[in-house]
Formats: sequence, structure tokens, C-alpha cells
Amino acid sequence: MERIPWWALLLVAAGLFVAVGIQRSEVYRETLDFLASGVLLTLVLTVLSYALALVLGLVAGLMRISNNPWISTPATLYVEVVRGVPLLVLLLYIAFVLTPALADATGIGWWRNEIVRGVLGLGIGYGAYLAEVYRAGIESIPRGQREAALSLGMSYAQAMRYVILPQALRVVLPALGNDFIALLKDSSLASVLSVQELTYSGNLLNARTFRAFETYNMVALLYLLMTLAGSAGVRLLERVTAGGRG
Amino acid sequence: MTAIAAETSADPIIRVEHVHKWFGSLHVLRDVSLEVASGEVVVIIGPSGSGKSTLLRCLNGLEVPQQGRIVVNGIELTKNPRNINRVRAEVGMVFQQFNLFPHLTALENITLAQRVVRRRSRAEAERIARALLEKVGIPDKADAYPAQLSGGQQQRVAIARALAMNPKIMLFDEPTSALDPEMIKEVLDVMRDLAREGMTMLVVTHEMGFAREVADRIAFMDQGQIVEVGTPETFFRSPKEARTQAFLSKIL
Repeated sequence: MERIPWWALLLVAAGLFVAVGIQRSEVYRETLDFLASGVLLTLVLTVLSYALALVLGLVAGLMRISNNPWISTPATLYVEVVRGVPLLVLLLYIAFVLTPALADATGIGWWRNEIVRGVLGLGIGYGAYLAEVYRAGIESIPRGQREAALSLGMSYAQAMRYVILPQALRVVLPALGNDFIALLKDSSLASVLSVQELTYSGNLLNARTFRAFETYNMVALLYLLMTLAGSAGVRLLERVTAGGRG
Repeated sequence: MTAIAAETSADPIIRVEHVHKWFGSLHVLRDVSLEVASGEVVVIIGPSGSGKSTLLRCLNGLEVPQQGRIVVNGIELTKNPRNINRVRAEVGMVFQQFNLFPHLTALENITLAQRVVRRRSRAEAERIARALLEKVGIPDKADAYPAQLSGGQQQRVAIARALAMNPKIMLFDEPTSALDPEMIKEVLDVMRDLAREGMTMLVVTHEMGFAREVADRIAFMDQGQIVEVGTPETFFRSPKEARTQAFLSKIL
């Protein structure tokens, strides 16, 4: 067991101080009640878009390392375009250009649902970053690993699945965790799509009560709590997966 | 010619014909031809950069020659890339750097390909793996991860891993070059046993003692060509080519 760092103690002390303060203040209590549903939606939005980004990123990352230009070029295009456009612009584009067009073309109404739009926008945006994370992880595994797998008669897909990816995932786990926390914060951008997540709820409350100080204090504090919990979770995961290595 | 030699030319398990290989502008294999009979042990020696490893790697499709023909176990490797997987299932390879899978235990290293390529059950794969670990002399290391094993132990696990696929041919690419001197013997002992059991083996090595004792034939390569092939006796005692003589005078 490593020693608990001093800043964690400080944080816990500050957290207790804030918690007691909130508990005793009518205004903060009301603020917290109002924002609670926003927190839930922020978490839902983050988890769903991260799941989408993990899948998109893996597919695009595997496509990028292909020797076949018909496979690698579309993936490179996706990564370069999405990385080159601000995430906010990408969200607006997907929400107000792409999904309405899809809704019209397919006649399926839920393309217009703001949560679907938000998840799609954030997932596609972060998928491009995760593609690069996966690619770097796969390329960090020595070439001999693939050659050993192939010379045992495994197909390329089997070598990837049983030999390369298990090792690559362990390498990229910290980077994946980083991007999860970054995505959690960037989910606040979905407020412009009227997704009633934490930031949107905060804006709503502020417009209603004009208590900007208390409202945004609480919003910032809630984000901080979520990201701290997130990084603690990532660290735990890293320790668990490192255990099997011996 | 003796009867054995006649049989050799009749049905070689490996046939390499006029193979050329370039890496960019570098001509690493120049018109290489070689035949290996079933059960034969051929040791390839030569200075570094002479194309020994590249030739070996062409035999299981890790490198693809630009010209020439390679037939392994009756399957033409150079004609159709799809044949590569069929050949690889019959050809085991042992690498200089062992290339064990570091995230798997010794036992799992040996069972993985048995299960996903040969479709054996877990129980059967493990039974075979344990028997092979016994054979290479480290039955007690089944649950160790590669990082917990010495170089010699790792290489013996790698040999067991290749043998688990029941290969008809074993390729050894400088199997002892990355080992500390005191571990070389334990690996060579395993290879010597294998040769004695009649395994067809192609071995790239700098271990001249091993070559002299175990090889049926020795091939000397230099600058991408097979300069001379002969039995150990004639090869070491009366080499014909000047390049062979020069090489032998440096290492013996």
C-alpha cells in the first residue's frame, strides 16, 4: 500500500468543509437538489459516448494500421477531419446537419432526440482521439510478437485478438482513462444541444434565480467530484490489470 | 551416390529454387537454391548480414521473395499467399529473441495456438503442454510468466510452444545467440534430442560444435548466396571455396 499523498488529505478536508457548509445552507441545498438530475444525465451521456468512442476508436485504429490503402485511408481521413474541427463545432454539425438529414432520410424520429445527438457527437469526436491511442498502443508491441503468433499458424485476426491487443490495452490504459475524464468534462458542450446535463441545468438555474455564485460553485464542485472519482477508478483498474503480469 | 542421397533428391520436404529477395535496393538473397529431405538436419552458417535469417523467414512466409519458387511439404508457398497459413501450421519457428507472449504463463503460451488453430480442448492442450514442458526439462515452470524465467528457460518454452503444433519441420533462427553462455547448453541439448528423434530441422547458428555434431549437412552463406554445402566432415576438414576457408579460419 503506497502512502496517501498530502494533497488527497487536503482535498478530503476541504470536501468535508464544503459538505457541512452545503448541508447548513438552504440556498446550496436547493441548488444541489435542482442539479442532481443534471449530474445523472452527465454520467449517462459520458458513459454512452465513451462506449461509442471505444468501439469507433478500436475499429478506426485497426483500420489505420492496415497495409491496404483502401482500408487505412478512410480511417486516416476520419481521424484527421475530426481532430481538425473543434469539438463544439463538430457537435453542432452533427446535431443540426447530420442527424436531421438522417431523420429525414430514414424517417426514424429518434435521430432528433437530443441525447442521441449528444452521444453521437461526443462519441464520434472522441473516437478519433481513441483511434490514435489504440494505434500507438498496437505499434508499441514488438514485431516479434506478431511474427511468433503468425508462425504458430494463427491468422492476423487471431494474432491481434489473443496476442497483440491484450498487451496493447495494458499499455494504453492510462491514456484511455485520461480521455474518459476529458470526455466527462467535454460532455458539458452538449448543453448547447439542449441536453439537460449538469452545465445546462446550471445555466437554467442561474437564469431563474440569478444566484450565479452559488450555482456555478456547485456545478464546478460536482464536476470535480466526478473527475476525481474517475481518476481514482482508473488508478485502481491499472493496479488490478498490472497484477497478473507477475 | 549412396541410396540415401538418391532418396533425398527424390522427395525433399523443403525445396528452394532460384530465390531472390530484395529489401529496397539491397539484394539479400541471390539465386538461392536448397533442398532438405525429411528427417534431415541442415545447419546454416555464415557472417552476419549474409541472408541466413532471411532465407529461414522465407520458408514460413514471414518474408516473401520477389523471385523464385519455394515448396514446403508439397505446398507451393510462392504461388498463392493463402497457402502461407497451411504451411505455417506444419512449420515451427524458434526465434533469437524467444518472442514468448509476456501476458501469458508458460503453459498458456504453449496452449494458445493449440486451442485457436488446432481447435484442441483445454484439457488436451494442457496435457500436451505439460508433457512438452517435461520433455524440455522445466515441468515446474508451467505457471511462471516469461519475465520470471531465465533466457534458457524461455527459449525452451518457445521450443515447446512450437512443438505443440506437431510440426513436420522446425526452423531455428539463432536460438542461442541471445543467451548467457551457461544457458546455451540446456537449449542445445533439447535441440540435439529433437534431431535424434528424426525431426527435420533448419538451424541458423554460430555454435560450430553443435553444427559438427548434429548436422547432416552444413550450408555456408555469404553475401546472399549459398557458397558451399557439405557434410560436417568434408565441410570443416576440406572446404572447397575460398570464402568458406576464409570464414572458417576466422572462427575456428
